[in-house]
Parts: sequence; C-alpha cells; structure tokens
Amino acid sequence: MSEIIQSSAPVIQYPSLEKNSLDIREFKNIFLTIMVWGIAIMASIPLFSVISMLIIEGGARIDFAALTEIPPAGFEMGGGFGNAIIGTLVMVGIASLISIPFGIMAALHLAILDPNSKVATVSRFLAKVLTGFPSILAGIFVYGVIVITTGTYSAWAGGVALAVLMLPTVTLAAEEAMKQVPQRMKDAAFGMGCTRTQVIMKVVLPTGLPGILTGVILAVAGAAGESAPLLFTALFSNYYMAELAEPTASLSILIYNFSGMPFDNQIELAWSASLVLVVLVLLFNILARLVGRSKFKE
Amino acid sequence: MVHDPFKQASSARTLSAPPSANDYMKDIVFRAFAYFCASAIILLVVYIVFEIGSEALPAIKTHGLGFITGTTWDANKGEFGVLPEIWGTLYSALIALVIGGVFGVGIAIFLTQSFVHAKLELVFRTTIELLAAIPSVVYGLWGIYVLIPLLRPGALWLHETFDWVPLFSTELSGPGLAPAALVLAIMILPTVAAISVDAFKRIPYRVKEAAYGMGATKWEVILKVMLPTASSGILAGLVLGFGRALGETMALAMLIGNVNNISFSLFSPANTLASLLASTFPEAGDIEVQALMYAALVLLVITFIVNVAGLAIQQYTMRKFEGKK
Amino acid sequence: MTSLSDTGEFIAKKYEPKGPVVLDCQVNNIYYGDFRAVRDSHIPIEKNKVTGFIGPSGCGKSTVLRSMNRMNDLIDSFRFDGSIQYHSNDIYGKKIDPVVVRRYIGMVFQLPNPFSMSIYDNVAFGLRLNGYKGDEEEMVVKALKRAAIWDDVKDKLKNSGLSLSGGQQQRLCIARAIATEPDVLLMDEPCSALDPIATRQVEELMVELKEHYSVALVTHNMQQATRVADVTAFLGVDISKGGRTGYLVEMDDTHKIFEDPQQKLTQQYIRGEFS
Repeated sequence: MSEIIQSSAPVIQYPSLEKNSLDIREFKNIFLTIMVWGIAIMASIPLFSVISMLIIEGGARIDFAALTEIPPAGFEMGGGFGNAIIGTLVMVGIASLISIPFGIMAALHLAILDPNSKVATVSRFLAKVLTGFPSILAGIFVYGVIVITTGTYSAWAGGVALAVLMLPTVTLAAEEAMKQVPQRMKDAAFGMGCTRTQVIMKVVLPTGLPGILTGVILAVAGAAGESAPLLFTALFSNYYMAELAEPTASLSILIYNFSGMPFDNQIELAWSASLVLVVLVLLFNILARLVGRSKFKE
Repeated sequence: MVHDPFKQASSARTLSAPPSANDYMKDIVFRAFAYFCASAIILLVVYIVFEIGSEALPAIKTHGLGFITGTTWDANKGEFGVLPEIWGTLYSALIALVIGGVFGVGIAIFLTQSFVHAKLELVFRTTIELLAAIPSVVYGLWGIYVLIPLLRPGALWLHETFDWVPLFSTELSGPGLAPAALVLAIMILPTVAAISVDAFKRIPYRVKEAAYGMGATKWEVILKVMLPTASSGILAGLVLGFGRALGETMALAMLIGNVNNISFSLFSPANTLASLLASTFPEAGDIEVQALMYAALVLLVITFIVNVAGLAIQQYTMRKFEGKK
Repeated sequence: MTSLSDTGEFIAKKYEPKGPVVLDCQVNNIYYGDFRAVRDSHIPIEKNKVTGFIGPSGCGKSTVLRSMNRMNDLIDSFRFDGSIQYHSNDIYGKKIDPVVVRRYIGMVFQLPNPFSMSIYDNVAFGLRLNGYKGDEEEMVVKALKRAAIWDDVKDKLKNSGLSLSGGQQQRLCIARAIATEPDVLLMDEPCSALDPIATRQVEELMVELKEHYSVALVTHNMQQATRVADVTAFLGVDISKGGRTGYLVEMDDTHKIFEDPQQKLTQQYIRGEFS
C-alpha cells in the first residue's frame, strides 16, 4: 500500500482553459444548434405555405358574388357561399349561447365554490378527457340524440354538436382564468362578509374577465373551424336558411364537399371559402390575444 | 328570516347588516346552478358513451368481436369488419407521432432554452400556436393541392429505388398514408410543443444553474439534465398528441384515400375509423349505421384509453414538481 | 417558571378582564387536518380597547385572529374546537352563518388587497354590500379621511385601487374595512407594508377607533404593541412533541407584560432573546 503512494509522483496536468474549436463537444453543440434552428424554421413552413396559398388561390375569387351568392351546381359557373357564411355564424352562435353560460358556471364550481369536492375532481378530469375526444363523436352523439329524434338535420343539431365540443374548452379556460384572481382579493371580499355568490359576482368575475374572455373567444374560434361534427347534424344546404330546423350550410362542409369535385369553379370557391374561414378564425385569435393582454395588474 | 342575533347587541353606530333574504336566495340558486353545470359535464360524458353504446348494441350482438378482426366492409353483403381501419388509425397516428414528436420537442427546446431573442421567440411561438388554429378541412384542401403534388416525385423515386423496403412498396398515385400522416404531424405538433414547453418551464431555474455550475455545455445541460427532467411531461404531450391524431377526421378523410387496406407502405391508400365514419355515414342505411356506431364505439374506447393515460402522466408530472397536493 | 422545552401542557393564568368583553375567545384546539396549530388559549377581547397579540412566528397568533371572524372556514382542513362568545352567541354555533359574523367583525389583512375597481368603489363596496341607505359619498370620504389617505387620493377617486403604492393600498383597505363601522376590527399585522409615517397614522387611527369599537391587533413589532395596545397577549410555540403548536403564555395589561412579565418565556421574548 505505502509503496504505491510513494511511487506515484504528483504529476498533475492542468487542462488548457482556452476554447478549442475542433473539440468534439464544440462540434456537437454547433450541429445540434443548427438542427434545432432547422426544426423551428421547417415547422413554420406549413403555416406560411397554407396562408400564401389561401391568399393566392382564395384571394383570386373573393368578390361580392362569392360572399353573397349560393353555391353553384355541377357545371354552373359563378356562385358563392353566402349561405355557408351565415350558417357557420348561426351555428357557432347557437353553440356559444349554450356552452358559454354553462361552461362559466361549471368553471365557478370547479375554481371557487367547491374545488376539491368529488364532483369537481371528476368533472375537471372528464372535461380534459372530452377536449381530447374525436370531434366526429360529438356529431354522432348529436345525430343519435337530436337528428333521429326530430327526424331532420338542422342548424339546432349542428349548434348543439359544436356546443358539446366548446363546453370543456370554455370550462377549463375559465377555471384557469378564475384561479389567476389572487387569493388575497377573494379573502378581502370574504372578510367583509360577502356570500360566495357576492364574492363571485363582485370580485372574481370582474377581475378574471379578460382571462375568461380570452378562453371563450379561442373556443369560439375553434368551433368555427370544426367540420366533422356538422357532417351528420347540420348536413349541408344549397340555399339560404329559412329556419333553424332545416339542413344548414357551413363553410367547412362546403370546403369538404367542393374539394373533391372535378370542377375548377368549385375548387376555386373551396379556396375562397377557406380564406374566409381562416380569416374569421384568425380574427378571433387576434381578438383573444388583445383581450388577454389587458390583464389586471397585481 | 335571516338569522342575525348581533344587530341589537352590537354597538349602535355600526352600519353592518346581514345579507338580505334576497341575497341568500340568490346565493342558493346560483350555487345550485353552478353545481348542476359542473355535474352536467359528467352527465354529458356518461350520456355520450351510453348513446353511442346503445346505438351500437344491435351491431355488437350481430357481429361480436369478429367486427374487430374482420377485414371486409360491404354493406350489400352485410359484412362489417374494421381491422383495416384500426390498423390505419394506429399506423397513421404513429407515423404522425414520430414526426410531430421530434418537431414538437425540438421546438420546445428551441423556445425554452434561450436560442433566440425574446421577440423572435414570440414570433415562433405565435406561428406554432396559429398552426393549431387552422381548421382541419383547410389542411385537407392544402394537402390535396399542395402536399400530394409535392410528395409525388420524391415518392416515385423512393419507390423505384427501394421497392424492396416495405415502407416504399407501392406508388403514391394520389391520396395515401404519407400525405395524411404528414398533415396529422403538422396538426399534433402544436399540442406536443405546448405541453413540452410547459414541462420545460416547470423545471426550477436552480436545476439548470447547478448543471452549468459543473461545467456542462449548453447542449449537455439540455440533453443530460433538462430533457430527462422534463421527460414525463414530454411523454404526456406525446400521448395526448397521439390521442389527437387518432381522432382527427376531416383532413384524413380528404387525404388518406378511404380504401380498406392493410399495408406497411407509406404510399398506399388506407382508411381510419374516423374517416370511415365521415365518408360512409351520410349514405349509410340502417344496418350500416348500426355497424358505424360500433366503429364509433371502438374509436371512443381507443381514444378514451389514450387520453386518460396521457392525462394521468401529466398529473403525475405536475405533482412531481409541485410536491404532493 | 417555564421555558421553551418543558412547557408540556402548560396553561396560562387566566386573564381577568377589567371591562366588558365583546369577544370571549376560548380556544381548546385548532387543527389543520392532523396538524394541531393552537391549543388551550383563553383570550377575551375587551370592548373599546385595543388587544395586541405578540409572539414568535408560527405561534398561531394570526390563526387565532382569523378564527375570530371565521375566515379560516375557507380552508377545508380547518377545525375549531372551543367557543367564541359574541354578544352571548357562540359565533361557531350551529345556527350562525359565517357571512353574518364577518359583516360585524371586520378584518384588515397583512398584505394590501384592494379590489381591481376604483378607489371610491373599493370603499363603497362594504356600504353597498350591507345595503346602506344613507349618503354613500359622505361615508366614503369620512372613511378615507379617518384612514389618513384622503389627501393622497381626493383628486383621483376614479382611479383603480391597484394604481396606488403599497402603503396607500393598505390604508385604502383600512378605509374599506372601517367604512361600515364594524363592531370589532381584526387587524393582522396591518403595518408590515407601511413606511414609518403611514404606520404612525394607522396607529393613531387604532387609538381613535377604540372609542367606539374594539380592535384586535396582531403585530410582529413589540414597540407597536406598547404604543397602541391596552392589553397584550403573548403566544409561544410548543415544539416539545415534534409539532409546532401555539398557545397562550401570558395575557395582561400591556405595561404589565412589558415591564413586569410573570413568565420566563415572556421575559426572554421581550428582551429579544428569540423571535
């Protein structure tokens, strides 16, 4: 033992502290950094490709006729998708009227009234599960519940199917926004002798409003772009809607129907309708961002 | 009446008063309604499962488990099997997961590990978020008229040069698995990226500091410390992204070709459960609708399992960093 | 004589109040889940006096204070064993609604917590809540003046309460709490966010308030207790059984506590030997 200690002379080699550009570590770093930049740029390409196609192909046919006229039949020229714009707006409106109040009330229960109860825990979990549900299942569900019962495809059924999709999104987003309201503010309200409803109406909702609105608007934007749930609930119609209890056109179904047609006129209209739909959805997105920015100061 | 034993006894000058009977009424009604709405979400899920299940019941009785292993879908013969659709659903989602996963995690690293100036980072972040905002049908349209023509020369070359590789064993003659899976990858990328970004941001700064303090390079910190620490969160993102891919309907119905076919080839047409529903339902007769309901139930079960798994992993991750709650 | 380690199940000598008692607080035990936060403390709050609570951090003085208007009911795991008599009613009685209790027993919190509404609306909040029928503006101005913040805000009553500085926010919260002239005012370290001048003004306010109301004040600052409290309760922490259970060590007139404390633990604390 002692021999070894004696024989090992203290040979300490100090490493150079200079940067060595041929070092394998350095090379790996550069390579990975280029990779990750490449990934980020490549991932942005589809968005720019989609948007430029929409502007070039869709923009070419956007005119007053396209926005107001009804869809053309087979070999017809011209036409438009005015009825589909109205249909989309009406059905998204119906869905909002159902899902927003319901979702916000449910969120109040989850965030403020009884956050740790069994009902809240299960409900929160199922809402998350529901956001990952295939949207077509909402359509099939509403087909079974409304279309078969009433005997007709309708704007009602389409709106309800969209509401099923919006409900969990609105609920979870609103819950998140309400949780952002500082506990101190809620304490202050409770400390003054507010009932739970008064705490909510006077403090939580006004303070959390920007966040809640952001979530709601994003949910509306998502619903506007949905098509699978409308396939067998609202179906489609070539005419302007006269009542809510009849098959109704929507932009997304029009794009789906026209995309596979062997007619240039219809394909052009599908691009224009896509442009309108994307502009609608992006407007909602921008609105949501603007509203979200006006968050309360702490 | 409102129970207030204090008013008389307390100091005469106080302006305190109990809530009015009206306030109490409002409170009770309001809370009951909120409770009802929260329960309604539970009831809704139960109702969806029950409704689809009961509509599918006749088909379950007729076809039994043979429905899942059968490979023919022929309404005229009354023969229904969804094995090709299950195959197509899982296969397309898996390819999408591999591509979308690599890109999603790469972007999460790019956005959280200070590669770019904050302003440019915001640009990229917004781009990825907007990727999620584009409606499915628009991706479908883009896939038909941009992606498929773009892929065809490359696919042709791969097929001619490597036709002994199962992946390239057929030609891409139009719609097929490759364009469908690519579009799926684009669509799940924002989900994977968002959840992974979240997982990275949850890591306390001191962990990174400790790694740098030991003389690790930026990439050593990322690969050996940050990535393993965020791994369970990233896994949750991948599983939830996979769940999204399984249920995606419109873009697939437009791009995959809707042919009942079990093949490894990336360029052959295929079918998925969701696109089977979308393309067949509108013209289906009663018997076929029942079979479609059965297919919907299969889709429901698969996505339910995948989503619950993803959420469970996500909650496990949150607890890991926030302490038990 | 007692010390930190051998307190065991020590119970403080009962404090005999000299005047009428508004809140007779008898704590047997306060639990958060399995955690026993406070035990065996009898603390009467006298009418028209300022009662101070002092003690090392973690001694449960805030917990006791927040139990007095049932703020702790908002915490799921909270359990109160004992009674708090308010005008011959136990506020923890079965028929009592905590909401009503909080209307009469107001509270000022440690950190300022104005609502995100205008300064005026913040102060008028309580008046509207309690259905006050008189001249709202007059009461708001009065409350702002008494909280010594009128001069700072008289030209910007429509601005958000959150636009004020920390010290101003706290005085706004005090104005909000006293606008309805609650019978008892609980103050949980109200001056910890204030500068010396503002602290002085709030202390003067407390002395003024006690003419008509009763004040319970938790403070970490012993000088503050000597300046404003008529009676002082000293709470200690019992760590002998592995927990951190607070309990009343001594309660008496303030000058008695600070000049002639009976318990060794109190003497050590007053001398600054631990905190």
